[in-house]
Amino acid sequence: MKVLVPVKRVIDYNVKVRVKPDQSGVDLANVKMSMNPFDEIAVEEAVRLKEKGAAEEIVVVSIGPSQAQETIRTALAMGADRGILIQSDVDVEPLAVAKLLKAVVGEESPGMVLMGKQAIDGDNNAVGQMLAALLDWPQATFASKVELSGDKASVTREVDGGLQTLAVALPAVVTTDLRLNEPRYASLPNIMKAKKKPIDMKSTGDYGVDVAPRLKVLKVTEPAKRQAGVKVADAAELVSKLKNEAGVI
Amino acid sequence: MALDPETRDQLIAAIRRFVAERLRPLEAQVAEDDAVPEAIVAEMRDMGLFGLSIDPAYGGLGLSMEEECLVAVELGRTSPAFRSVFGTNVGIGSQGLAMFGTEEQKARFLPRIASGELVTSFALTEPEAGSDSAAVQTRASRDGDAYVLNGSKRYITNADKAGLFTVMARTDPARPGAKGVSAFLVPSDSPGLSVGRPEQKMGQHGAHVCDVVFEDVRVPVENRIGAEGEGFKVAMQVLDRGRLHISAVCVGVAERLIEDCCRYALERRQFGKPIAEFQLVQGMIADSRTETMAARAMVMETARLRDADAPTTLEAAATKYFASEMVGRVADRAVQIFGGAGYIADYGIERLYRDVRLFRIYEGSSQIQQLIIARETLKDFA
Repeated sequence: MKVLVPVKRVIDYNVKVRVKPDQSGVDLANVKMSMNPFDEIAVEEAVRLKEKGAAEEIVVVSIGPSQAQETIRTALAMGADRGILIQSDVDVEPLAVAKLLKAVVGEESPGMVLMGKQAIDGDNNAVGQMLAALLDWPQATFASKVELSGDKASVTREVDGGLQTLAVALPAVVTTDLRLNEPRYASLPNIMKAKKKPIDMKSTGDYGVDVAPRLKVLKVTEPAKRQAGVKVADAAELVSKLKNEAGVI
Repeated sequence: MALDPETRDQLIAAIRRFVAERLRPLEAQVAEDDAVPEAIVAEMRDMGLFGLSIDPAYGGLGLSMEEECLVAVELGRTSPAFRSVFGTNVGIGSQGLAMFGTEEQKARFLPRIASGELVTSFALTEPEAGSDSAAVQTRASRDGDAYVLNGSKRYITNADKAGLFTVMARTDPARPGAKGVSAFLVPSDSPGLSVGRPEQKMGQHGAHVCDVVFEDVRVPVENRIGAEGEGFKVAMQVLDRGRLHISAVCVGVAERLIEDCCRYALERRQFGKPIAEFQLVQGMIADSRTETMAARAMVMETARLRDADAPTTLEAAATKYFASEMVGRVADRAVQIFGGAGYIADYGIERLYRDVRLFRIYEGSSQIQQLIIARETLKDFA
């Protein structure tokens, strides 16, 4: 089985995000960028499937600027086999991403699309679901456990009330949650070998997908500063304040 | 072999992340237990850290000196004890073999050194031979197709974990100085070889040094590195190279200390404002930053010279002298900026202050570096 793993280059999760002075977006100049952590979990899961013999080939696809090659290389160093970069210097919205991925699925015919449940920049949590709808494939989102048997996948999801296990027929779209696995550190020899793995360079035009934005960003602002807290002398005062001042109990 | 910038950056980023996420959280525990957890050693093996300097033909990464120094700076951002786990395999424990060994010797040992299966150790220092390293008394007497080693070595890093020692021993008792010394590869399971208890040290807990005693240890002739009498030359070349690696580690520790100082100074308030706003504190930060940048520039410039096969004896000695003394001053200022907290174990600053003290002593003390620098400089005008 071939596994397709879409990965996104996003602002590094350790970076303190700053809003541009004109409030048009987030300042990305000279900011460290890395692979979206949920996508890293997806790559790790795909590599584990390959190590178990359940997958034969892992293809990583990214949509973004030419620097997104670094993100693909990271995935190749972790154990993916080859990459596809669909170059775009403009921000591509979830629906357009899903349409591009649908076209890649058409060319690659993977048995599974394994991807992050959302990217930590836009937090849209939309592409996996849209892709499944466009492909008319089953979807299993927020996976915390993935098991394959024959042409079926059993996917455990963390839901409010506990754990829910779905059986989906392959091919399917599976999106990963935080606790699915702990991604490995790419070994130094594998980082060096990743350079020799192929990355296919494409552009959004190659797939005939209209990536013109349909959404308009009106304003981006920093979250309101948190007010300083107060110290209470004892539990009784805390309860009294919660009851009388905060009105939450 | 030089890496392309993109691959090099990915390599550095991977190590920086490993250090930040896996090693730094364990610093206090490693100091307390005086041991690096075996699971972490296994992760270091998986990452390929034991083979940084070893030729890819033998399973290593074959980094250039400049690349190795960039990696060493990153590894310097945490307790030096972590780097010691594989430090001897990258440097003094493997380089005699890598630089002067025969093809057969290299094929026999280097792949296992690169993978970390075999830990190596460098045994030069003796009770009576430290800075005066040509005064080696350990004897290697020829007996047929073997040498018989007798003597003892002191403060040998990683001796308790080593599977292979590079040992300097005197093959010609008629020649008292450097010329009578030869280098040998001695497996740790050789009958007659024993390793003492790890010493109680001032710092760098988790990295061990021990005595190594040789009592009639038979070493086959094919385990000699280079010709008879070439041991001192081997040792000096190995140390020359190691000085740059150590200097790069000093830069890393200094950068780490500056980071810790700045975070603390921005947070700690006195007289109604963060202490970072006081100019006397700023002066200490500025001095530390400036000296660290100078040391980094010396390390990188000398590493590039070495990669271009230029002689670097003077430059490596000057770099090691400056970088090790520099990190001592930076650590001292860090304790000062942290004030009372700098003297309390929980903050980890006093631990790094003790850890860096060793850099001015081992692989050639500051005073030995001064002698080399002066000797090489005077040569130009004699």
